Amino acid sequence: MAGWYALLILALLTAGYVISSARARSIAGGNYAEMHSLPAYHGLYTAALAMLPALICFLIGSQLASYFATQTAIAALPGDVQNDVLKQGAALREAFNIAAGGPINSSSAEIQSAAAGYASVLSAGQWITLAIGTFTGLAGLSWGLSRVSMNFRARNGFEKLVHGLLWVCATIAVLTTIGIVFSVVGETYRFFFDPAITGKPTVFEFLFGTEWNPQAALRADQGEIQTAYGFLPLLTGTLLITTIAIAVAGPLGLFSAIYLAEYASPRFRAIAKPILEILAGIPTVVLGFFAALTVAPFIRGWGETFGLNVASESALAAGVVMGMMIIPFISSLSDDVINAVPQSLRDGAYAMGATKSETIRQVILPAALPGIVSAFMLAISRAIGETMIVVMAAGLAANLTFNPLEAVTTITVQIKTILVGDQEFDSAKTLAAFALGFVLFFVTLVLNYIALKVVQKYREQYD
Amino acid sequence: MTDITSGEFPSSIRRVEFDSAESKARLRGRYKSEARFKAYGIVALVITTSFLLALLTSIVSRGVPGFFQNYLVTEVLVDAAKIDPQGKGTPEALRAGDYSAVARAALADAIPGINERQLKKELNGLLSSGAGDDLREMVLANPSLLGQRIRTPLLLADQADIFLKETESAVRVFADTRGSATPSATTGDITILVSGNDFADDVALIKAELVNSAVALEKNIALRAGRGASAESLADLKAQAAELRQRAAGTASETLDSKTASRLVAINGGVVKVKEMTPTSVRGDVIVPLTTTAEAAPGTWQIRVYDRPEADRNMNDRAATFLEQLKSKGLIESKFNWAFFTRGDSREAELAGIQGALVGSILTLLVTIGLCLPIGVLAAIYLEEFAPKNRFTELIEININNLAAVPSIVFGLLGLAVFLNFFGLPRSAPLVGGLVLALLVLPTIIIASRAALKSVPPSIREAALGVGASHQQAVFHHVLPLAMPGIMTGTIIGMAHALGETAPLLMIGMIAFIVDVPTSLTQAATVLPVQIFLWSDLPEPAFKMKTAAAILVLLAVLFLMNGISIWLRKKFERRW
Repeated sequence: MAGWYALLILALLTAGYVISSARARSIAGGNYAEMHSLPAYHGLYTAALAMLPALICFLIGSQLASYFATQTAIAALPGDVQNDVLKQGAALREAFNIAAGGPINSSSAEIQSAAAGYASVLSAGQWITLAIGTFTGLAGLSWGLSRVSMNFRARNGFEKLVHGLLWVCATIAVLTTIGIVFSVVGETYRFFFDPAITGKPTVFEFLFGTEWNPQAALRADQGEIQTAYGFLPLLTGTLLITTIAIAVAGPLGLFSAIYLAEYASPRFRAIAKPILEILAGIPTVVLGFFAALTVAPFIRGWGETFGLNVASESALAAGVVMGMMIIPFISSLSDDVINAVPQSLRDGAYAMGATKSETIRQVILPAALPGIVSAFMLAISRAIGETMIVVMAAGLAANLTFNPLEAVTTITVQIKTILVGDQEFDSAKTLAAFALGFVLFFVTLVLNYIALKVVQKYREQYD
Repeated sequence: MTDITSGEFPSSIRRVEFDSAESKARLRGRYKSEARFKAYGIVALVITTSFLLALLTSIVSRGVPGFFQNYLVTEVLVDAAKIDPQGKGTPEALRAGDYSAVARAALADAIPGINERQLKKELNGLLSSGAGDDLREMVLANPSLLGQRIRTPLLLADQADIFLKETESAVRVFADTRGSATPSATTGDITILVSGNDFADDVALIKAELVNSAVALEKNIALRAGRGASAESLADLKAQAAELRQRAAGTASETLDSKTASRLVAINGGVVKVKEMTPTSVRGDVIVPLTTTAEAAPGTWQIRVYDRPEADRNMNDRAATFLEQLKSKGLIESKFNWAFFTRGDSREAELAGIQGALVGSILTLLVTIGLCLPIGVLAAIYLEEFAPKNRFTELIEININNLAAVPSIVFGLLGLAVFLNFFGLPRSAPLVGGLVLALLVLPTIIIASRAALKSVPPSIREAALGVGASHQQAVFHHVLPLAMPGIMTGTIIGMAHALGETAPLLMIGMIAFIVDVPTSLTQAATVLPVQIFLWSDLPEPAFKMKTAAAILVLLAVLFLMNGISIWLRKKFERRW
């Protein structure tokens, strides 16, 4: 069906352009200088007028068709299934499967009739949509065609449409943010306040609870395991790994940046910068594999030689590799801000007899400090939101500890663990993942906002 | 001013003697600190580079063997009785044939005389469960092979493959045996008497090992006692340590178990696994039958040692012996594993390939680039060229900057809540994956495109406007083409980012085990990074190797993409 529609829209576009521009040419009769718009613009304008109504019809019509088809299918189901949300969903999925040409095998008569009703209403709706789309498209085409004349400002009309398209594209970024906020905040609200969800914590329990265990006991022999949604162990775990990562990446990234910006020859820079860029381009799943298979056993073996008991999924391994990941962030951002410090400041310091390192420490770094701080903040927000390294190298057990040799878990690990695999959308467990996502989104948003503001303020000072 | 003109040096200004010893020392200190500071930078760069090198060497050394696969190359009788017992000769009948049995028969021919059930099972376990697949394709393509003997490679199972690749499990062979050896029988549980004391060193070695483990155990006991462990809990360990000491001191025959290095005796064409040894005799089970019980002269029989204990290996001594036997006959060949690129995922490591994941990645990226390139470029054009300076434009800009830093997993949550639950799009589909990744890399592309548009000098725009072009004509006909190389560079980098992204795709269910290669945008599929993640979770060492190999493929593609973007930048870079 969508194929037919694509064909229709393509046909309308071509017809609109070809007919309309030909008509404009014949009206002009070679005298294009007298005509307001070039024939091509008349063609484009008419093509757009033909396509838009057809496209709108399709977008609305296909939604309406599937809505009415689903309603028909629900009406065909037995009463007890209609009233139970879960059963209804399962029956509908089965009916959709049959309607899509799946095997009928053990389905009940009601579901079969639901599938038949769904299929017939859907196809009727889609054909009606196609018919209306064709009609409105043709109407748009003929209207556009009727406007072709020497004085018609087709270019201005078309440019207005293009301007609208540009605006829509730019707005998608806002829509994405709204989508994130809508999905994350909505589910988080349900997690805390929806009375239909059982086993949910209060906001206070969530924020200050010290136990995290979203999975209740499945069998009797597992004993009394209560679900608990205490956020603190996840927070400490995330902070622990992030702290290790910054402890690794901070000095390394900053000193690399200082060396590259102030000491290195252009040739050395040309070699060293790509190395850092390679590190930045390595997918995190690769770093996670490296952390789990090389770094973690190495740290474990190293700990054993000192008689330390290191967990095989220690926070240290995940933190060190995450540090590796954010070195390029810190170094390239710091490099930029150090380079942005005006040369006059350096020259002033040298004139006072300061050595290079004294200039860097006492003049350049203080001047670049706001930029460096914002680089660190961006790096921290990266580290907090990083998923694959911790999923592969950190543990699942929510231990409330600050010992880097023990296994800890993080916010992102828990989101991934809860949401991968089968999930029903109305359990506290699934919604808890969205609450964690909300925390993540909020924290990174605040960090980025502060970083942005700091940089803006700093730019105002020196430009 | 007045102070200086008065000729008096004011007391508030300290006089500095530049040639005093104190001054020179201070200067030396300052230069030292300068050198130190510079060294910090070099050290930081060296550490960072060595991180990268460690990463790459670790992956390459693990991954390169994954591109090769060991095969048993032997004479195979394409037995019509096994493949097409009714003699129908139709393609369906040929397809349904038992090709595994044909492969097993070829293996049995390669090592004859193995009749015991358990041993036969071990032997057959060397072959992959998919060993007959290639044979089936060959016969289907050419039915005249039926009944013929052909020399063809048969796929080995993952454990056998790994065993052949790993140097740690290599066998040490002692061929210059000093005495002559006499086996008591050709099969079953036999004793071999040796005239020289060939096993004396080994027995001494085993006793030394016993002492070592006793010492280690005693250390452990002391450690635990120091931590306050109760006496009862330690009693058991103490008894164990005492027993080890006693065994080490005694002269009775030593029993070998799966926790010590394995020793085998190759004699008279057969192989015996040693169970008990004294300096002059061994007792053990025959793995490969001996041809005679005749006395073997010194030097004609061998002792083989596997230093890694059987318990720590994925292959036991019997299977390893069969494999060594095949290898010594020259029947094992290592070939480049093309099937790695032409097969989908599998539960059997030797059959698993990345084609499904590669196709899934391509489909997903097609959706991503199809959406985010036009949207990103148009949005960038709007913001850079047409947007009025108002609050809404500012809001859009703040949004784009923020989205660039939102964790990728949050985009996964968005995909799950909006695309899957709200719009009801199918789970695990490249379509949804592409949508999510498009939103994820959109900010990158917008930011890069804006930078590219900004780098086109205003004179171009002004010249176009000056000859009467409309604002849009100036932008679309003149500015955009000049900005295109920069936009393409940004897009390729964004695509490379999307190709390596894993976390958001896990959220929308692209993590399912999928054998088939996807053919449409709405079919369940997986992508390369997710395949890497899935494989890395599996316990089999062969999958670890495949993981690293898949990572190498991913990194190669990423390097290629980055290389293209650098090339584009170099080729079209223009200084205005």
